[in-house]
Amino acid sequence: MKVYIRSSACISAQQSFDDDVFLDNVIEYTGTRLKAIEPDYKAYIDPKQIRRMSHVIKMGIAAAKKCLTDGNTDMPGAIITGTAFGCMEDTVSFLTRIVEENEQLLSPTAFIQSTHNTVAAQIALMLKCHNYNNTFVHKGISFESALLDARMLLAENEANDILVGGIDEMVDTSFTVLTRLGLYRRWPVSNLSLLWTESEGTIGGEGAAFFLLTDKQSPGNLAEFIALKTLYKPADIKEEIVNFIESNSLTIGDIDLVINGKNGDISNDKVYHSLKNSLFKDTAIANYKHLCGDYSVSSSFALWMASNILKRGIVPELTIEQQTTVTSPKKILIYNHYQNKYHSLMLLSAI
Amino acid sequence: MIIIKRRMSSTVYIAGLGVISAIGNNVAEHLTAFGQEKAGMGDITLLNTIHRNELPVAEVKLSNNELAEMTGLPVGISRTALLSLVAAKEALTDAGIPDLSNLRTGFVSANSVGGMDKSEDFFVDFLADNSKGKLRHVYDHECGSMTEIVAEKLGITQFMTTLSTACSSSANAIFYGARLIKNNLLDVVIAGGADSLTKFTLNGFNTLMILDKEFCKPFDEHREGLNLGEGAGYVVLVSDKVVKNLNKQPYCKLSGYNNSNDAYHQTASSPEGTGSYLAMKGALAKSGLQPADIDYINLHGTGTPNNDSAEGTAVKRIFDPEYPPMSSTKSFTGHTLGASGGIEAVFSVLAINNKIIYPNLRFKTRMNGFDFEPVKRFLKDQDINHVMSNSFGFGGNCTSLIFSRV
Repeated sequence: MKVYIRSSACISAQQSFDDDVFLDNVIEYTGTRLKAIEPDYKAYIDPKQIRRMSHVIKMGIAAAKKCLTDGNTDMPGAIITGTAFGCMEDTVSFLTRIVEENEQLLSPTAFIQSTHNTVAAQIALMLKCHNYNNTFVHKGISFESALLDARMLLAENEANDILVGGIDEMVDTSFTVLTRLGLYRRWPVSNLSLLWTESEGTIGGEGAAFFLLTDKQSPGNLAEFIALKTLYKPADIKEEIVNFIESNSLTIGDIDLVINGKNGDISNDKVYHSLKNSLFKDTAIANYKHLCGDYSVSSSFALWMASNILKRGIVPELTIEQQTTVTSPKKILIYNHYQNKYHSLMLLSAI
Repeated sequence: MIIIKRRMSSTVYIAGLGVISAIGNNVAEHLTAFGQEKAGMGDITLLNTIHRNELPVAEVKLSNNELAEMTGLPVGISRTALLSLVAAKEALTDAGIPDLSNLRTGFVSANSVGGMDKSEDFFVDFLADNSKGKLRHVYDHECGSMTEIVAEKLGITQFMTTLSTACSSSANAIFYGARLIKNNLLDVVIAGGADSLTKFTLNGFNTLMILDKEFCKPFDEHREGLNLGEGAGYVVLVSDKVVKNLNKQPYCKLSGYNNSNDAYHQTASSPEGTGSYLAMKGALAKSGLQPADIDYINLHGTGTPNNDSAEGTAVKRIFDPEYPPMSSTKSFTGHTLGASGGIEAVFSVLAINNKIIYPNLRFKTRMNGFDFEPVKRFLKDQDINHVMSNSFGFGGNCTSLIFSRV
C-alpha cells in the first residue's frame, strides 16, 4: 500500500499559510518565543463563532479547512489530531477562575472547550462529519501517533482521505512555566542565528499543520509518505535510522535531504552533530526549528516543509545547513527528537 | 513502522484484566462489591474543595501515600499515574504472558486531564506570583506524562502513546491497541485509561449543572445527573500467535469496535443519538453480529438527562423490539471520565467470563417513551456470549466495543 499526502496547510510563525511564497521571505524575530501568524479567520470560520474560540481552535480549524479545500475534499474519511498540551488557553482560563473565584459562579465555556479533542470535534461539527475522530496527546510523538493511526486506517481499508493535524498553542502561562523549566534561552536571540549560537535552551513555538492522507494516486499529490517510525529513548539512533531506511529498501545514499530537528540547545543538538559527521556526512541537511520555534508537534511543520520541497522542487535557502546546493530532492528523511526522549523518523518521496 | 495491506492478524484476544475504582482496588474486590450491590459513592474526603459535603463522588478508598507505597512511585506524583499503575500492573500480571521480553509490547493509555491534580496545587502559588509554585507539581501536567511514568515502571519502552477524547478516551485506547496488533506492529498491548478526581473536572461538570447532589440514577425517568468517580482500568490485548503460548485460556476476544462522531454540539448529545447509534451499528458490523446476538449492554449511562435519553434512543433504534439486558455500572463507580471505557471494558469481559450481569443501582422509574429498562438486581449464571460496551464523550466522540466469548 502506498500513502500519499494530497494536500497540506500550515499556520506557523512564518508565512506558511500563503501558497504564493515558500519560506522565501523568512521572518526574523528576536526573543525566545515565536508566535504564529494568524490568517484572516473570517475566510474559514463563521465570524459569530470566532470570538468564542481560543487561539488553538481557530488555528486548527483554519488549517484543517484550507487543507481540505486544497485537497478538493468536502468530507474527510476520518479526523485525527495530535496535541501535547491541548487547549491551553481555555485550561488556564478555567484554572484561574477556580482559584480567583474560589470555585464559585464559574462559567462553563472555558471548561467545555478545554478538552484535548476540542479541535478535532469542532472540525467534525463544522463539517457535520460523523466519521472516525481521534486525538493523541503523547508529548513529542502526539502528531506521529495521529499519523500512525491514519496510516493504519488506510491499510485496513477503513477510511480514505484522512485529515491529520498537529496542533499546539503557546500561551503566556505555558511560556512562563516552560521557561522556568529551562527549555528556552535566558536571553533574547534572533531566530536566524539560533542554530549557530549554541547555548542552553531553544526558542518556543506553536502552530497548526494539517494533511490529507490518501492511498489514491493523483498528479496533484504533494508527496508519497513512505514510512513512519517512533522510538522511545533509543539506545543507538544511528543503527535505528539505518534499519529504518533499509527496511524500506533504500540506502542512506538514496536520501537526497535530511530535515532534522536541530534547535540550538547544546544537549538537544548533540545527536544531530554526531550524525552530520557520520551517517549524514555526504547528505544534504536542512533545519526548520529556527523558523517555527520548538514545540511538541513541530514535526508537523517539518512534514509540511518536506511535502512542499518535494512538490515544488525547491529547498528554501535559509533552511540549508551547510554550503551545499540541493536541487529537486526526490527522497527526504525527517529525523526529529523531543527532549532526547521521543524520536521520530519519516520517509517521503517525490511522486 | 511498515504496514502491509492484507496481512492483518484476524483476532485480538483479552488475556489480562486490571481495575481500581471506588468499589475496589482489584478485580476480585470489584466482583465482591457487585455481588453485594455496594456502590462506591460518598462524601468527598480527599479533594480540597468547597464542594465537600455538597456533592457526592466515587473516590478510590486509598490515599496517595497508600497508592505510592503499593506502586513504588514517589508520593508527590499525580494520583492519575498512581491509579494507572495499580490497574495496569494487575492486568499485566494477570495475563502472565510467557517470554514477554521477546515480544513486541506496547502501552496505550488514556486520560482526560493528565497531571491536573498537581497542576492545581502549582497554580495557586503561581497565580499569586509567577516565579512561585513548585515546578515538580507542574512537570507532569501533560496527559502523556501519565502514560510515560507507568510504561517506565512496567518496563515497556517499545511503544507507548496516549489518547484523549474526553469520556470515550480509554475505549478508543483499547481499539487503537487492538489495531496495532491487527496491523502486525505489536504482539501485546496493555490498553485502557486512568483519571483521578480533580477540582478542575469537578468544577467543570458542576458549572454544566449535570452533577447529581444525590447518588446518580442512570436511565431513570427522574435522573438528575452524574456523580464523578476516579480509577483506572486496563485489558491486556494479545495476538493469536501469543494466545497459543498462554498458560491459560484467554478471557474472550475483542470482536467489534467503532468510533463515530455525533457532530451535533461540543458537549450535548443529539436527541436522535446519532453518534451513539452509528458507534453501536459500526461495532456490530465489524463483529459480524446481529443486534439479537448481544447478551448484555454495558451502557455509557452517566445519569444525565441528556446522555441517557440520547443513548436510550440510539439503543431503541438498534434493538427494538427485543432488548438485551443492560445496565450502567456508573451507578457503582460514578463516572470515571477518561478511565470509564477501560474500567467498563474490564466489567464487560468479566460479565462473559463469570456469567454475571450487573445491576443498575437505584433504578425505579422507566424513562418516558421507552419500552425497556435496565437490570435491577445482580444476576448470576447468565449465558453471555457477546457484550457491548458504550463510551461517549465531549466533542460528540462515541465509541462502542463488543467483546465475545471464544
